Amino acid sequence: MVSFIIDGKKVEAEAGANVLQVARKYGIVIPTLCCHESVAPSGACRLCVVEVKKGKRTRIVTSCLYPVDEGIVVETKTDRVLNVRRLVMQLLMARCPESEVLKDMAKEMGIEPQPAFHPDTDKGKCVLCRLCVKACEDVVGASAIGLSGRGKNKKVGAPFMEDSKTCIGCGACAYICPTEHIIMESTDSKRKIWGRTFKMQPCDKCGRYFAPVDQLKFISDKTGTPMTELAVCMSCK
Amino acid sequence: MSKINTLEDLNKAAKRGLESIIPSKTKVMVGMATSGIASGAQEVYNALAEEIKKRKLDIILSKTGAMGMDCIEPLVDVLQPNKPRLAYSKVTAKKVPEIIDQIVKGAVNGNKPAYRMDEEEFICLNENKPYLKGPVPKDLEGIPKIGDVSFYKKQMKLATRNCGMINYESIDEYIAKGGYFSLLKALTKMQPDEIIDEVIASGLRGRGGGGFQAGIKWQTCRRAHGDIKYVICNGDEGDPGAYMDRSVMEGDPHSVIEGMIIGAYAIGSSQGFIYVRNEYPLAVANLQRALDQAREYGLLGKNILNTGFDFDLKIGKGAGAFVCGESTALMTSLEGKAGEPRAKYIHTVEHGLWDRPSNLNNVETWANVPAIISRGAKWFSSIGCKNNSGTKVFCLVGKINNIGMVEVPMGIPLKEIIYEIGGGIPGGKKYKAVQTGGPSGGCLPDSLIDISVDFDSLWDAGSMMGSGGMIVMDETTCMVDIARYFIDFLEFESCGKCVPCREGVYRMNEILNDICDGKGKAGDVELLESMSQGIVDGALCALGSTAANPVLSTLKYFRDEYVAHVRDKKCPAGVCKALIRFSVSDEKCTGCGVCLKKCPTECISGEKKKTHVIDQTKCIKCGVCKESCKFDAIIVE
Repeated sequence: MVSFIIDGKKVEAEAGANVLQVARKYGIVIPTLCCHESVAPSGACRLCVVEVKKGKRTRIVTSCLYPVDEGIVVETKTDRVLNVRRLVMQLLMARCPESEVLKDMAKEMGIEPQPAFHPDTDKGKCVLCRLCVKACEDVVGASAIGLSGRGKNKKVGAPFMEDSKTCIGCGACAYICPTEHIIMESTDSKRKIWGRTFKMQPCDKCGRYFAPVDQLKFISDKTGTPMTELAVCMSCK
Repeated sequence: MSKINTLEDLNKAAKRGLESIIPSKTKVMVGMATSGIASGAQEVYNALAEEIKKRKLDIILSKTGAMGMDCIEPLVDVLQPNKPRLAYSKVTAKKVPEIIDQIVKGAVNGNKPAYRMDEEEFICLNENKPYLKGPVPKDLEGIPKIGDVSFYKKQMKLATRNCGMINYESIDEYIAKGGYFSLLKALTKMQPDEIIDEVIASGLRGRGGGGFQAGIKWQTCRRAHGDIKYVICNGDEGDPGAYMDRSVMEGDPHSVIEGMIIGAYAIGSSQGFIYVRNEYPLAVANLQRALDQAREYGLLGKNILNTGFDFDLKIGKGAGAFVCGESTALMTSLEGKAGEPRAKYIHTVEHGLWDRPSNLNNVETWANVPAIISRGAKWFSSIGCKNNSGTKVFCLVGKINNIGMVEVPMGIPLKEIIYEIGGGIPGGKKYKAVQTGGPSGGCLPDSLIDISVDFDSLWDAGSMMGSGGMIVMDETTCMVDIARYFIDFLEFESCGKCVPCREGVYRMNEILNDICDGKGKAGDVELLESMSQGIVDGALCALGSTAANPVLSTLKYFRDEYVAHVRDKKCPAGVCKALIRFSVSDEKCTGCGVCLKKCPTECISGEKKKTHVIDQTKCIKCGVCKESCKFDAIIVE
């Protein structure tokens, strides 16, 4: 266990934890976009920055990555911190002017759009938080989507931006997307995502369509469980 | 070639090497680094080979790296027994027969060499070996000694000690210069901790930009947990106008390799990587050849120098991303993934390449190591200034007379680099600023011309040492335009992982473009300032957190130029097209008609011997009229 100070409060945490986890445990609100409990933090969005004093040195760090340490002093709402968060929010609002999620977040944080930034029209609602890519690679194990290009032209998509061949239609990317950029269209028997239409599997017992056939095949291949066993929905299991 | 196992074996190779460095017959060397090849050295080399063959002459034709004075390349050095070594500059294939004539006659007439060398310095061996035996021949007395040439006078070559001196294809020549003797000393006479202590005592700081104490880094890596450790050389030099590391990798690849083997032994590593950008094909080829040679001699691989120490090196080729010069991005790229940095709260010396302790230094740092081991920490720390020992290699480019690569003791006043080594500003123009530290560095104005060039002074002035680029600007350079240029470069090179760098630099570029296009608004300068602070604080890696420096430093020293652009809609340097206007001076125009003929849009009119007029509606502000006017009659406002 290490003890340290956060916003004037003395706190304790397991060694190896990061500042964000501890702050949230103690009810301190730190905004994030690229952080999710299912995947490892990447430090991409920079909203979670805080100011840390360690010894004589004070600096801005990313709380989702910064490991707690004995005796550090963390401040989560200094002017420097708020300046970074404001800049990040204004930049993202200019990138994704249609995103209601961003607008709501900004409103809560008391941040107005920066009129000097000409809004982009070609980025959709994607803030490049990379949660979808990480979920697909690290949680699902399909690696159907990835990041290509660099700088402001970086993009999430299937290889060569063609219709994905390896996507299993599980929809994890759409569920984890914080800004509702990834669109998944579902009807009872069909699901459309990443340029492909997936056939849904009806439950052997209740007949309800519950998962893409490709996803069940993927699970069957990985785990060795026969398809017949997988063709039953969670409610009927 | 048999393996080198003992001091005696090494001495034998050195003897062979010395015979080829200072041979008993005539040798002609062509500077064939990229700087030479770019100015036509390959054609010169081919012409020399042909001429020697045609006349059936017994002359050795050899290649060497870059001496540094790029502005006078291609360089051809002629070394005849017992005579000074002569350097012919700006040689063309056409001039080759004449040079050969002079060699055959043994007399210099007509084609005058730029300088002569009477002896060669063997830094690692602490001795000078003479080319010249006896007095200087009468016909060569008028040729300046290299040490008297202002470009070289204040230089001191340690990291580039062999560049332009030895044949980069010959390991024996490298050994003759004292190469691999340091390795033998380290492996047979020193304990790893002793080597680390020596490097710490030398005060060697990382030459890649950060300036962190190399010895301390080695020590931390040695002490880090893990049985597999890596040493890495960062050869991903990407700053515009910087090519120090390229020159070392091309001209003296073994110095880097030897430094790395010594470092690996000190740290406890058995595998290393040299990461080179693939845009440096000659560096890659020369390094690869050198690695093969070292392996053949038993200086790499299993049981190096019969000491039981195993170590090998591989080249990793970069795919042209500037960000891969950042250590964590470089390691990610080496792992085969897209080169993106990660936060360094846990240092790479503990968790680096494939999560193993990894020690990364840049090319120049590694190249200094053999010299430190052979000459000792005390010698090395006696060079330079307080907390900044040794030398630093810089590339002096831009609006400067002597364009080239220079190596100077740390702490040299900037003024001496610009005006003595660099020979001042061309065309009688006024010096305005120098950009140091690459795109993430800053611009130093005339008021700081006396600044001591070292890590700490440059940092305090709002710039940085960086890897060593120095871009000189004169009065015709617009500082807002320069900031825009670098920000544009950084926008293009941002990896796109974190928001402040990816989106922030892009928006700054938009604002700077607006300012240069005459669309600047009140508040733009303040917005740039506040954004800069947000980017400095908020970006993930060192590239991002220094990305605002070009704006911050130009704002610090040249704020009035920004104000002129935004408020007065004027570009004081006469660069930003939207803010300038070309006209003809009634007083100075002679009506010669040259501008009228040269103007691509035919917007200049006027009778012979009468003042000409520019039609503003058709003028595209290309500046051709101004360049072509001999009477300085074109006014730019």
